[in-house]
Amino acid sequence: MIKFERFQLSNGLKVLVHTDTSTPMAVVNVLYDVGARDEDPSQTGFAHLFEHLMFGGSVNVPDYDEPLQVAGGENNAYTTNDLTNYYCQLPAENIETAFWLESDRMLSLAFSKKSLDVQRKVVCEEFKEHYINKPYGDVWHLMRELAYKEHPYRWMTIGKELSHIENAKLEDVKRFFFKHYTPCNAILVVAGNISLERTKELTEKWFGDIPSGEKYNRQLPQEAVQNEERRMTVHRKVPMDAFYKTWKMCGRMDADYYATDLLSDILGGGASSRLYQSLVKEQQLFTAINCYHFGSLDRGLFTIEGQLVKGVPIEKAEAAVEAELEKVRSMPPASRELEKVKNKTESVMAFEDMSVMNRAGSLAFYELLGDGELMNQEHERYRNVQAADIHRIAQQMLTPQNSNTLYYLAAQD
Amino acid sequence: MPDRKVSPPIKDAIDYHISLKKPEIFKLDNGVTVYNIHAGTERVVQLEWVFKAGNWYEKKNNVAAAANFLLKNGTTKHNAYEINEYVDFYGAYLNRTCYNETASITLHCLSHHLEQLLPMVREILTDAVLPDQELQIFKQNMKQKLSVNLRKCDFVAGRKIDALLFGEKHPYGIYSELADYDALNREELLEHYHHYYRNGHCIVFSAGILPDNYAVLMNQYFGDLPLNTRLLEEVEHDIVKDPQQKWNILNDPDGVQAAIRIARPFPTRKHPDFPKVQVLNAVFGGFFGSRLMTNIREDKGYTYGIYSFLVNHIHAGAWMISTEAGRDVAAATVNEVYHEMQQLREKPVDQEELLLVKNYLIGTLLGDLDGPFQIIGRWKNLILNDLDDSFFYHSVDTIKTIGAKELQELANQYLQPDQFHELVVV
Repeated sequence: MIKFERFQLSNGLKVLVHTDTSTPMAVVNVLYDVGARDEDPSQTGFAHLFEHLMFGGSVNVPDYDEPLQVAGGENNAYTTNDLTNYYCQLPAENIETAFWLESDRMLSLAFSKKSLDVQRKVVCEEFKEHYINKPYGDVWHLMRELAYKEHPYRWMTIGKELSHIENAKLEDVKRFFFKHYTPCNAILVVAGNISLERTKELTEKWFGDIPSGEKYNRQLPQEAVQNEERRMTVHRKVPMDAFYKTWKMCGRMDADYYATDLLSDILGGGASSRLYQSLVKEQQLFTAINCYHFGSLDRGLFTIEGQLVKGVPIEKAEAAVEAELEKVRSMPPASRELEKVKNKTESVMAFEDMSVMNRAGSLAFYELLGDGELMNQEHERYRNVQAADIHRIAQQMLTPQNSNTLYYLAAQD
Repeated sequence: MPDRKVSPPIKDAIDYHISLKKPEIFKLDNGVTVYNIHAGTERVVQLEWVFKAGNWYEKKNNVAAAANFLLKNGTTKHNAYEINEYVDFYGAYLNRTCYNETASITLHCLSHHLEQLLPMVREILTDAVLPDQELQIFKQNMKQKLSVNLRKCDFVAGRKIDALLFGEKHPYGIYSELADYDALNREELLEHYHHYYRNGHCIVFSAGILPDNYAVLMNQYFGDLPLNTRLLEEVEHDIVKDPQQKWNILNDPDGVQAAIRIARPFPTRKHPDFPKVQVLNAVFGGFFGSRLMTNIREDKGYTYGIYSFLVNHIHAGAWMISTEAGRDVAAATVNEVYHEMQQLREKPVDQEELLLVKNYLIGTLLGDLDGPFQIIGRWKNLILNDLDDSFFYHSVDTIKTIGAKELQELANQYLQPDQFHELVVV
C-alpha cells in the first residue's frame, strides 16, 4: 500500500506527495504527457531528441546537471511512445535545488543553438549504437511499420530515420516545448523524506507562477481493426535466423489488460514458461524465446520473439509456436499455472516498490492513467483474473488475421 | 516570485555523516558464516550463497561458468523444469552467476516464502546432476549467442582489452571461442561441482525482512553440509601484459561506430592510492558531469556516452576508458581522451569543480546505501576483498579531504598515455 496525498496548483499542475521517512533521500519526478505518438510523421524522434535538450540549460539556469551534482543529486529521463519522464534523487535537505531546476525548465528553456547542434549528433550516435550497429537492431522499425498503418506507434521513439533528427530546427523545438511542456500537461511527484506541508510550500514557490499553457488535446489517428494476416521476410547480415510475431492487444486501461499480461507470462515468462520448456528445452528449435508486450497506453503489440537453432527451417519453428498457441486457445490454464503467474506478478511489484525512485515513477504513471490510487489496486486486479478470461483472450487475440509475422533471416555470405 | 537566477542554499554533501550499517553475523554448525542486514520497507529478501568456484579455480576454459549455469538444471529428484516451476510458483527468482574468484547462487523472494524455497537451494547444492542433455543444450545455445555477440564491436573490444591487460591465459583475460564450448564434458563439470560447491567454501550474504527463525532455518538446511571443511588451495596465475600498445581491429566493414577501450593496469583496493584515484577518476570520466563526458559528448557530440572506471578484481585491477563513437570521429575521440589526461596532469582541478565532484560522490553514495540490498552489497565487496568497514570510512574520508594538488600528482603518476593500451574495434 503506497500512501500519498494530492493537490493541484491554480495553473493546473497536479502534484502527488509520497512521504517515506526511512530514507535520507528525496525524489522529484516530473512526467510530461507527451511521447513519440504525439509526433508529426515527418518529424519523428522529436519527443526523444527534446528530452536531451531539456538538459541543455533553461531560461534562468545555464546548466541543469551541474547545480544538481553540487547538491549531491543525480538524475535521468526516458521517453516512450506514450510519455516522457524526468526524475532526480538527492539528499532530502537539498530538495529545493530540484524544485528550482525542474521549475525553471518547465518555465522555459534557453533554446541554445549549440545545445541543439550537439544533441542532434549525440542522438544520432545513440541511434547508431542501438539500432544500426547492432545485429537485429532494426527489428522494431520493421515490425512497427508492418503492424501499424495509421497509428503513430508505427515508428520507434528514436525516430523513423536519422534525417528527421538531423533536420530538426530551433523553431520546431520551441513550438514543441510550448505545446507540451506546460503545467497543465505535467504531473509532479515528490517522494521520500519530505512532508506534505514542505512540498506544498516549495511547489507553490517554484511552480506557482508558471503560466498554465493550453491543455493538449490528443487526437491521434486510430488504427482500424486488423483483418488480414501480415507477413514480411528480410535478409540481414546476422548469424542466426530470428522469428518475430505480434498481435494487436488491448490498451493499458482496458479491463482485459491484466489477463492479457498474465497470458504473456504463461507463454513466455521465464524458465518454466510454456514456450521455453517446449521449444527451447524439449524440441530444441529455438535457443531463446520470449513472450512480452510493452504495456502501451493505446492498443499495443503482444509479441513472441525467438532465435532459431541453426539449421532449423523457420516454417517448422513457426509451426511449433503455433502448436503451443493452439493449446492456450483450446484450453484454459490450470489453476496452479494461473496461481504461479499471479504470484510472480505480485513479487515483481513488491521488488519494484523497494526503491523510492520507482515508487515515485509508478505514481506518476498511474496518475497519467487517471488516478495514482490505481497503483494500489493493481494487485487486486491481477488477483481477480480467471482462467476463463485468459482462455477467451487467447481465442480472440491470437488469430491469424490479427497477426504480423516477421522472418528475420541470415543472409548467405 | 522566487529569484530564479540564484540557486537555493544547500548543505554540502561532504558535510553529511555517512554510516554503513553493520550486518548481523552468525555461523552455522559447519562454520559457514552468514552476514545479514535486517532492514527494509517491503516484505522481501535476498540471499546469496557465494562459493570460491569462479574461473580462477577451473582447469579448463568455461568449466566454472558451465557448472554454475547447470546447477539448477536437474537433481536426482527434480528435473530442470520442475525446479524452475517450483521456484516460479512462489514468484521467486533463483539465479546463478559465475565471476572470477567466486560464483554464486542468489535467491530473491517474498519473506513468507523463504521457508518453502530453502530446501530447493539445499537440493541443488547437494544433489545436482548436471545432466548431459542440459549440457548439450547449453553448448548449442552459448555457441549461437557467442556468434551473435562476435558481430558487435563493443563485445569484441570488451574481451580483447581484458586479454591485452592480463593475458589470454589469465582468468581475467581469457575469453571463449566456439571450440571451447565443444570441448566441455560432463565429468569435468561434475568434478568442479563436487570440489567447489558440494565440498566447497561458502559465505552467505542476506538482506531484507528476514523471518524471526532465520538463523535456525539456515542452520537446519545448510549447517550440516560438508562446506568449508577442506583447506582452500592457493592458486596463482601470472599476468602477461600484451607488448603491443595500439590495436586496430576491423570486425565489421560496414560498421558505423567504433568501440574504443583505453586501459592500463591499476592496483587493487588494498593499494593506498586506490581511494584517491576513485576521486580522480570521477573528475576524469566517472559520471555524467565528468571531463570526458562534458568534452566528448556534451561539447562535440562524438558519442552517446563515454566513461572511465576502475576495474575491481580481487587480485589485480585496471583503469579503463570505454566508449562507442562514430566511426569517422573515432580517432578524434581517442585524441580527446589523451588531451583530457594531459589537462589533469598539467593543471590542478579548480576548487569549484572539485567540490562539485565531492558532493556528487557523497550524495550518490548516500543514495547507493539506501536499502538493505545495497548495504549488503557493500559488505559483500568488503568481505570478499578481505577488508572491513574501516576501508569504507577511509574512502569516504578521502573523498571529503583530498586536494587538487594530490590529484594532480596522481594524474602525473597514472595518466601517462604510454602506460595505456589503446584499442579501436570497428
